Amino acid sequence: MSATLLKNGRIIDPANRRDEIGDLLLIDGRIADPKTALPPDVETIDATGLVVAPGLIDLHVHLREPGQSAKETMATGTKAAAAGGFTSVVCMPNTAPSVDNPSVVTWILEKAKAEAVINVFPTGAITKGIAGEELAPIGSMKKAGIVALTDDGHCIQNPEVMRRALEYAGMFGLTVMDHCQDYALVGKGVMHEGYWSTVLGLPGWPAIGEEIIVSRNSQLAELTGTSIHCQHLSSGGSVRILRDARSRGVPLSGEICPHHIALTDESIRGYDTNFKMNPPLRTQRDIDLLIEGVADGTITVLASDHAPHCNYEKEVEFDQAPFGILGFETELSLFLDILVHKKKAIGLPRLIEMYTLEPARLLGLDRGTLSVGAPADVTLIAPDLEWTVDKNQSFSRSRNTPFHGWELKGRAVRTIVGGRTVWEV
Amino acid sequence: MSAATPLQQQKPTNQPAPWTRKDLVGLQELSAEEITLVLDTAAAFKDVGTREIKKVPALRGQTMVNLFVEASTRTRVSFELAAHRLSADVINVSASSSSLTKGETLKDTAKNLEALHADIIVLRHSSAGASQFLAERLEASVINAGDGAHEHPTQALLDTFTVREKLGRVAGIHVAIIGDILFSRVARSNIHALLKLGAKVTLVGPSTLVPREFERLGVTVTHDLDSVLPEVDVVNLLRIQHERQRKEYFPSLGEYTALFGLTKQRAERLKPGALVMHPGPINRGVEIDSDIADSSRSVILDQVTNGLAVRMAVLYLCAGVRAFK
Repeated sequence: MSATLLKNGRIIDPANRRDEIGDLLLIDGRIADPKTALPPDVETIDATGLVVAPGLIDLHVHLREPGQSAKETMATGTKAAAAGGFTSVVCMPNTAPSVDNPSVVTWILEKAKAEAVINVFPTGAITKGIAGEELAPIGSMKKAGIVALTDDGHCIQNPEVMRRALEYAGMFGLTVMDHCQDYALVGKGVMHEGYWSTVLGLPGWPAIGEEIIVSRNSQLAELTGTSIHCQHLSSGGSVRILRDARSRGVPLSGEICPHHIALTDESIRGYDTNFKMNPPLRTQRDIDLLIEGVADGTITVLASDHAPHCNYEKEVEFDQAPFGILGFETELSLFLDILVHKKKAIGLPRLIEMYTLEPARLLGLDRGTLSVGAPADVTLIAPDLEWTVDKNQSFSRSRNTPFHGWELKGRAVRTIVGGRTVWEV
Repeated sequence: MSAATPLQQQKPTNQPAPWTRKDLVGLQELSAEEITLVLDTAAAFKDVGTREIKKVPALRGQTMVNLFVEASTRTRVSFELAAHRLSADVINVSASSSSLTKGETLKDTAKNLEALHADIIVLRHSSAGASQFLAERLEASVINAGDGAHEHPTQALLDTFTVREKLGRVAGIHVAIIGDILFSRVARSNIHALLKLGAKVTLVGPSTLVPREFERLGVTVTHDLDSVLPEVDVVNLLRIQHERQRKEYFPSLGEYTALFGLTKQRAERLKPGALVMHPGPINRGVEIDSDIADSSRSVILDQVTNGLAVRMAVLYLCAGVRAFK
């Protein structure tokens, strides 16, 4: 029997509408009834001044295995996630080979069992080879253990294919997560189309390229009844479409990533590829509207889009560099710093809810709660702790972050998975 | 003229800005004083070309590499000749003959050239920002010979030099830049140079190729060429290409000529003494009438000649910074 007592912390458990100072008891990998007699060998952790939250879930991550282990591995990626306060991650299927059949799903789960320090929930591709044309064996992948469908990194362009995929996915109760990008409108765009792309002479990625797909998704979710989750929203216009759909009860949801509210397209003026991501950084106006969307509940999920790339891949001409940046070890702090401390758009309990209950409910995961009997996944957070980002301290295999040297307020200080501490600051 | 002459010209007390840049990446970051210094230095070098012995020893012993990842003949030849006139050794590397086709990164290619003691790398590249990328990573001087749709600083310097030479000043001059502004590095560099030196700039072209975003730079945008022509002192016509661009930007070259071509009829609306410029290569009968290109208004070949002097000045100034380091 193993037991841990987290003493005197501020327990915030949105699933049970709980926010109070108290103790949390973990026994044999589960959240225990607080009235249970304390075992004699209980490990006591003083949580005074800390927030005791359900283990955080990152709904959008790239662990890069199989096939791209120079960028990241199951071991390094999950270690970095743990260091960011995450006990569960939902990994994207655009690996090499892509996760478009049950054998790759099984491979990931086996690899995670052997090497991951946190829970890894795989997603499956909607279409074969993430090519947007033929349906992947969705039912078989569901049996193998996927928790959602997505062609992330790509976007099904053909509305008929998307419609049938949604109808088919609905049979299994799987949410479809979509990277919203119209290829004809975006073309070879590498940064937000606007003043800065004009000055810098870089091909523009217009906001309409995202909004038109969010709009399409709204209509297809309404038609099919299948839940569509719009990934990494970057444009203020998308928030308006999402708000309208949700007000009518359409099963459409959306997430944002910290870089889209921490940085604008002006950051690219030095052509630093650490500011290149897809969708691109947009304007202050977009940031304001995204934050407004968080504040009024239109945006329900916070995620990282953790996308590691090797230095030699990123250190090239801007338009030739791959999209994406690291996320795990800075995302919670950036959201705390911006949404809670600086903008006061939401309180700490809602932020935790957006990282726990919301993603768990969206995909039907048995995580994100401190209910008695639930898996003992817990994150301890010091919401006011000031610290400086140092990319060289990262557990990731890669170093592609634009936040090196940033001073942030608030961070995770201990990550507990199944009752066992897997990382502490 | 000895090589020391231009150097002495930057010393007098009324010259506020000594040249401190090892690289020339773009004109956006240059001050009016720095641009003027290049133009003054170029004026001194222009004489060299008229002499019997067209060479000065300023860069003797230095090696310049023309790294042209994107094809170009006229700019490459102009830089090559400029380097020869300064007595530098010149190597030409084109994309098709380099390891870039074998997957070597630009950084590695350039580092290899530097390991061979290249002092100056002149870079032409299809990616915006490529020159800045190399400039930050090399000890060698990096001269931007055109990076994507970003900047083509020596072209704009030679354009500005030509305006100043022909009209006596740049401040207060009204320049219309006509054509495909969206994809044009020449337009961007010209806008920066002209505005910094106090000129007025109007951009003219189809709405798809002249986005309103440019107005934030301080220029005027219009789609009505006829009303602009009587107002301006200079028209700078950009090469219009239909084959390379996506066809949705404008319907045909014929319609382009009808709306934005400098036809004979339109040219009559110009002020007496207004200049016609073009960075070349020209499409006769498309953006410019053939006779207008050869008329007394046209300073197109003067631009080419001045390009040599301007590039000598840029090489000389940037190499000088490294030599004194």
